Amino acid sequence: MGALMQEMSERALRLGVPFSVQLDLTYRCNEQCVHCYLDHDDHGEMTTVEIKHLLKEMAEAGVFILTLSGGEIFMRKDFFEILEHARALTFCIKLKTNAVLIREAQAARLRDLGVESIQVSIYSHRPEVHDAITKIPGSLRRSINAIRFLKSQGLKVIIANVLMTENMQDYHGVRALADELGTECTLDPTVTPMMDGGRSTLDLNAGESALRTLFRDEAFVGNVDEFCALPPAPDENSMESLPCSAGHTACYVSPYGEFYPCVQFPLSCGNVRQQRFVDIWRNSEQLKEVRSIRLRDLSSCSQCAHGSTCTRCPGLAFMEGNMRGPSTADCEKSFARTGIPSANLLAKKQNPSVPRLVQIQLVPAITGSRLSGMGAPQVM
Amino acid sequence: MSKKLYVARSPRIAARKLGQEMLVMSGQGSTLFTLNPTATVLWQAADGATTLDEIVERRICAEFEVKPEEAMRDAEALAEDLARHGILLISEQPISEQAMARADSPGQEQR
Repeated sequence: MGALMQEMSERALRLGVPFSVQLDLTYRCNEQCVHCYLDHDDHGEMTTVEIKHLLKEMAEAGVFILTLSGGEIFMRKDFFEILEHARALTFCIKLKTNAVLIREAQAARLRDLGVESIQVSIYSHRPEVHDAITKIPGSLRRSINAIRFLKSQGLKVIIANVLMTENMQDYHGVRALADELGTECTLDPTVTPMMDGGRSTLDLNAGESALRTLFRDEAFVGNVDEFCALPPAPDENSMESLPCSAGHTACYVSPYGEFYPCVQFPLSCGNVRQQRFVDIWRNSEQLKEVRSIRLRDLSSCSQCAHGSTCTRCPGLAFMEGNMRGPSTADCEKSFARTGIPSANLLAKKQNPSVPRLVQIQLVPAITGSRLSGMGAPQVM
Repeated sequence: MSKKLYVARSPRIAARKLGQEMLVMSGQGSTLFTLNPTATVLWQAADGATTLDEIVERRICAEFEVKPEEAMRDAEALAEDLARHGILLISEQPISEQAMARADSPGQEQR
């Protein structure tokens, strides 16, 4: 399926179709994860009617993959009503959840509604570590029970493990747990800044030494020599390449209707409460700017040895102050992988300074149905 | 196939038209398919209340330059193929929404 999905994604790019959208239904959550960047208060979530209307607009715009996330999606009392409506519109539905509120009945309902996959956040196989991260005693046990319910319904479950200082030693245990439960498992060693621009969560990022060890672990990267190989010099093709799918075939909508290129790219492009989804997708000046960027346009990265292989996230670069600039977190990964400092890291070494972090802009105060809200990247 | 056959889209698939083709993902096994324009017309018209020969006559022959016998033969083969992949339900009786849900439940057989 991967090759055909890739082909469809490329076709969507040629046709200018928003193939994949993440919609956060709420920022409220029943866990209080130490690395989460969200403000969990409700600042005026879209109503059931507004979300149903948005889903119809998304279907008409050609959205195929719809990821419903949060916050915790099951905190919304109308979650199944929304899901049922989305399935009637024949979206391919992926869910992101901590699964704490899923029992047999919810799992059976998800199966009946034909959900494609459910991603569940698990940070450790050890309750004392996982529960310390979520700050909810018993949360690991409840999440694992939920995974068993979901698997008993034949559903596809993916364990998502964000690696940080707190759980860096436990990813093998999480992998083993995933194998035991019959789920897939993804690992991501990236903790992002907080939605209000605060950087306290960044202290949880694994250090260079831990990353270097991780990137030399076959269980994590597969072929270590290949993964850690020296990068080839960027050629003409890579100079013309797109940074990622954000704004090209994918986008993100917050619980308050704010439209961003990606969940990790808090550049407001409009609000679906004021404009049609497809009009923002087609006409937003911000999206046009994002779409215009190629590797050759990146001041530091186009000169960097890692230019053609770097996993640079344009959203993290934006949060550092410049969407055409480097993403230092990715520079550090490239360095940990290859031992070669990026152009950005070399420049920082010569001129050390604290990187400027752009505060995520608040939407203007409520006027009519316009609600104050903000964009926020989401790590589940 | 000499009897009247009713066809219905499975309620458990995900689908979206992308350009001229229909992208369809079956719930079970997450298998992805693309339907060409002719198959897309058949699939979209499969409402459980319209027979396959009516779809061929009113939609496929009307929209594509194809002989009715040839179109019917191809449509039957296509419907069988889609049914094998769980994308389409086939019955000799009209297929109600309830019947679609039942046919798609675990343990229920479908053609």
